[in-house]
Amino acid sequence: MASRAIGSFRRFPASKTLRCPGYICRNFAGSSALLTRTHINYGVKGDVAVVRINSPNSKVNTLNKELQSEFVEVMNEIWASDQIRSAVLISSKPGCFIAGADINMLAACKTNQEVTQISQEGQRIFEKLEKSPKPIVAAISGSCLGGGLELAISCQYRIATKDKKTVLGSPEVLLGILPGAGGTQRLPKMVGVPAAFDMMLTGRNIHADRAKKMGLVDQLVEPLGPGLKPPEERTIEYLEEVAVTFAKGLADKKISPKRDKGLVDKLTSVAMGIPFVRQQIYKKVEEKVRKQTKGLYPAPLKIIDVVKTGIEQGSDAGYLSESQKFGELAMTKESKALIGLYHGQVLCKKNKFGAPQKEVKHLAILGAGLMGAGIAQVSVDKGLKTILKDATLAGLGRGQQQVFKGLNDKVKKKALTSFERDSIFSNLTGQLDYQGFEKADMVIEAVFEDLSLKHRVLKEVEAVIPDHCVFASNTSALPINEISAVSKRPEKVIGMHYFSPVDKMQLLEIITTEKTSKDTTASAVAVGLKQGKVIIVVKDGPGFYTTRCLAPMMSEVIRILQEGVDPKKLDSLTTSFGFPVGAATLVDEVGVDVARHVAEDLGKAFGERFGGGSLDLLKQMVSKGFLGRKSGKGFYIYQEGVKSKNLNSDMDSILASLKIPPKSEVSSDEDIQYRLVTRFVNEAVMCLQEGILATPAEGDIGAVFGLGFPPCLGGPFRFVDLYGAQKIVDRLRKYEAAYGKQFTPCQLLVDHANSPNKKFYQ
Amino acid sequence: MTSILTYTFKNLPSTSKWALRFSVRPLSCSSQLRATPAAQTKSKKTLAKPNIRNVVVVDGVRTPFLLSGTSYKDLMPHDVARAALLGLLHRTSVPKEVVDYIIFGTVIQEVKTSNVAREAALGAGFSDKTPAHTVTMACISANQAMTTGVGLIASGQCDVVVAGGVELMSDVPIRHSRKMRKMLLDLNKAKTLGQRLSLLSKFRLNFLSPELPAVAEFSTSETMGHSADRLAAAFAVSRTEQDEYALRSHSLAKKAQDEGLLSDVVPFKVPGKDTVTKDNGIRPSSLEQMAKLKPAFIKPYGTVTAANSSFLTDGASAMLIMAEEKALAMGYKPKAYLRDFVYVSQDPKDQLLLGPTYATPKVLEKAGLTLNDVDAFEFHEAFSGQILANFKAMDSDWFAQNYMGRKTKVGLPPLEKFNTWGGSLSLGHPFGATGCRLVMAAANRLRKEGGQYGLVAACAAGGQGHAMIVEAYPK
Repeated sequence: MASRAIGSFRRFPASKTLRCPGYICRNFAGSSALLTRTHINYGVKGDVAVVRINSPNSKVNTLNKELQSEFVEVMNEIWASDQIRSAVLISSKPGCFIAGADINMLAACKTNQEVTQISQEGQRIFEKLEKSPKPIVAAISGSCLGGGLELAISCQYRIATKDKKTVLGSPEVLLGILPGAGGTQRLPKMVGVPAAFDMMLTGRNIHADRAKKMGLVDQLVEPLGPGLKPPEERTIEYLEEVAVTFAKGLADKKISPKRDKGLVDKLTSVAMGIPFVRQQIYKKVEEKVRKQTKGLYPAPLKIIDVVKTGIEQGSDAGYLSESQKFGELAMTKESKALIGLYHGQVLCKKNKFGAPQKEVKHLAILGAGLMGAGIAQVSVDKGLKTILKDATLAGLGRGQQQVFKGLNDKVKKKALTSFERDSIFSNLTGQLDYQGFEKADMVIEAVFEDLSLKHRVLKEVEAVIPDHCVFASNTSALPINEISAVSKRPEKVIGMHYFSPVDKMQLLEIITTEKTSKDTTASAVAVGLKQGKVIIVVKDGPGFYTTRCLAPMMSEVIRILQEGVDPKKLDSLTTSFGFPVGAATLVDEVGVDVARHVAEDLGKAFGERFGGGSLDLLKQMVSKGFLGRKSGKGFYIYQEGVKSKNLNSDMDSILASLKIPPKSEVSSDEDIQYRLVTRFVNEAVMCLQEGILATPAEGDIGAVFGLGFPPCLGGPFRFVDLYGAQKIVDRLRKYEAAYGKQFTPCQLLVDHANSPNKKFYQ
Repeated sequence: MTSILTYTFKNLPSTSKWALRFSVRPLSCSSQLRATPAAQTKSKKTLAKPNIRNVVVVDGVRTPFLLSGTSYKDLMPHDVARAALLGLLHRTSVPKEVVDYIIFGTVIQEVKTSNVAREAALGAGFSDKTPAHTVTMACISANQAMTTGVGLIASGQCDVVVAGGVELMSDVPIRHSRKMRKMLLDLNKAKTLGQRLSLLSKFRLNFLSPELPAVAEFSTSETMGHSADRLAAAFAVSRTEQDEYALRSHSLAKKAQDEGLLSDVVPFKVPGKDTVTKDNGIRPSSLEQMAKLKPAFIKPYGTVTAANSSFLTDGASAMLIMAEEKALAMGYKPKAYLRDFVYVSQDPKDQLLLGPTYATPKVLEKAGLTLNDVDAFEFHEAFSGQILANFKAMDSDWFAQNYMGRKTKVGLPPLEKFNTWGGSLSLGHPFGATGCRLVMAAANRLRKEGGQYGLVAACAAGGQGHAMIVEAYPK
């Protein structure tokens, strides 16, 4: 006992052990085996074994090989012991049960078979759990995802804390794989086929109370407030206490693990008993998936297939199919791309500039337009005291209403209570003057994209803000050094490029100038992270990174339209390549005037390389008031409440007047797609070459999360790695021959093509 | 804690008060002081302050507290309040015209009598020249009524104030849904038949679903019982401990009732029914019986049950408070002084019911007293779990340091001085009226059992709390 305690203290010096007095720790025969156990320990309460998972040196528990083998070892001891009649599985980490399987374990595999083997290993372990003669209760607090969920649903009973941090889900599909440890077989049985498809195909997170309603968990435990211990600690202890009573009850057969099904559940299961109904459901789901993924993502279709196999041909066939398909999927380019994005995202959620000297507590935003109000919304709901300043009462009112509506929509979705909404909304102060700016730690200006206006507000603001206050400019194209040219303290000036709609788009592009201090950058990144953003930090330059990549592609869009391709056709070509929004629609969404501005500015800065389509198209559209969605007309006509959009027939004359003859050798559907994508990719690589980007990972994250670059390709850099630099250079050369300089591959890309071993991701 | 409580029960039948006291294991250092007369060792001889008028309680009464849905069920709140006022007039024989002001507390308001103080006063025959207002502060509404009166007297605005409280849980306002209300209001404004018909055509069946009031926090939507269960769990208070404490409350209340100690109760002849003379919620049961009950809020494994919670109650209370010199001039022999008081508030979610823990040290420090100086504790018992969680919080250095900004724990009130005549769990808890009952219980206990200082404390919805020092009037 003593040695065990000491051992565990030595291993986890930082974590306070939650063991209570009155615990009987089992004496282990082979104590040497014990000392090597680092992820799992267990004690016995009465006749209930409490298995605690706590991976060392990590905030989360992940199912890796070590943890798995320790788990098997512990479970075997439990099954062998006469004194133990039931068990509780719990994590010692508040906020995480098991966050999923270890992705690196898959990445290390070279062949399908290796991955299939991993899957079969998992299947075997979980099958043993499912068939355990001693009831096992999973006590879930915090994230229970992927393999964690598969483990939980193999147990006989599940109890979860009703906490915002407690989420259950099967996010495998987001990584291009499927739940490979029995999840595809157990989930449909547990929550019904439709709900299981929904979980596995969307990868959505399910909160505890919803999970209870679905039958995914059997009991909920309320999180506790302060008592004689810190709340999180006591909540886990309480969860354990409750789980132990249920484990006892299950062992004594006082509690039945079967749950009462509601009427709807019963009807669903009756309906699912009819083969015809099942076939219809598979068909429906498959159709929907095909429509949404355009066939670009293999994982969802395989998930449907595996579930179908299990139901129609029995679980043996199901498990086999699951493990095989799992192996196949893990080796796909799509999966590698998506996993790459996942890693990139993790990277871009960290502040590599360290903690800022002064935490931003008071934020001020200038301009209550779409962007300003959006930034305000994501700030106030994280508890930042925010001033929203506008020049006019009407503009301010519109902005305040936008913030309120954003919060109220969450109330309607029951993500917030009306009381929480009100208290969040009171973090926002709307005003027309500079009152209170003397307390601001950061000012973000989101005024109209006009250099002289930005200069004016910068000077006005610098007259009222304290010395430490950071001035951030939200601009999509104006170079920050030009804005900071009039600043008294250019080291405090930085660019923060948000994407619209701010509350939905995850990306924040932070732009630093030569003069921007490291602390200013750290401060901006810290604020962005607080706002829940994925952040890339890039160097200043015309168009920074994102706008600069988009501009040549947009120029190509215009040329393609001029060549007579219908906007609808162009949209379908881009979406079928994997872009979430069609190219013509994108222009409408961004705003034709904005696009024109950017095209003009960047055209001046980069010259011919950004040419292609005629700027006159945008100019004429602006002059006719076709500004895109915001004015109701662009390439399409937008009407409130009308979903299907029609082409704007008034565009015909403009397009006709600017028509240029298409070049047949580069105008096949595929060529059109690649003309767009290669210009994008080439520019992205050039940004890395010029040092605008610090890492390819940031480039990929920026392109996917900010511009909608096809996630299945993993971003421009991953795309080059997976598709092959040589093939891209070949394409560029082909188009170069037709159009000239705009398609000349940049040096770095050529280098990669010349030496096939060179990869952006090693 | 468990053992302490069972000790108490074993000795309950004993008639000797001293035996009862000594049977309990000492809970705090006050035990050493018990042998000597309390008054001689107080930190302060009196809490009178120079240049501030002394405020005294001449007397206070209450109607019997009844389980809702029993004898008062056909009444309206002002009827019960009137009964308390008439009882007070009868008990004190105070001339109605000397009353300067009347204040009542209430929680769930009857919309027809939203200023229930005024309606009750008029009906009880008080002068129509005596103004009256109604206050609300959840379970400490009557406390707020009293302290408002104290303020009026201390500041010289009034000499004689009647303070009280009322609650009638037998009848609560159940409203039409917002949609239905909106339609009805619009119908009122509609001028033509066409407008009316078009409004009526918007009617949907779900408009008829009513809105019921709940004992739930508006800010968190959590019912109080649910919060109490979580609080008990946070402080690791077991079901058995809770049942034992509830049994203690009922047993002590029964004893007090049988011995005629609940002298603040006045009989109430309910129209059309028999005269009600005593509280009807006191029902000492057995631990075995109580253990059979299922949890009422957190199902199926919670610990708060109907038996260890206070029940829905109807009742009213009223007190006559005066400036000391006025009372003496009128020839009264007051019962007690109302001394320092505090209001506190904290997190309405996780610390909803911890008011007494926060308020107790604050009021003691304000008065310059210590726990040892207090001879009678009267805490509002919302739930057994709440009282026991407060005890554990008061007894915890960790809690004091991390949540109260104190260096050391508050300390435990000795159980032998604690709610010895029962509490809200057994006597009942008409939200708006409990405050006066607590003060009168403290005052009457000090008079009956000797002792100088009483401490009243209560928690309330909204995460608020209150404490007041009651000082016995020298005999």
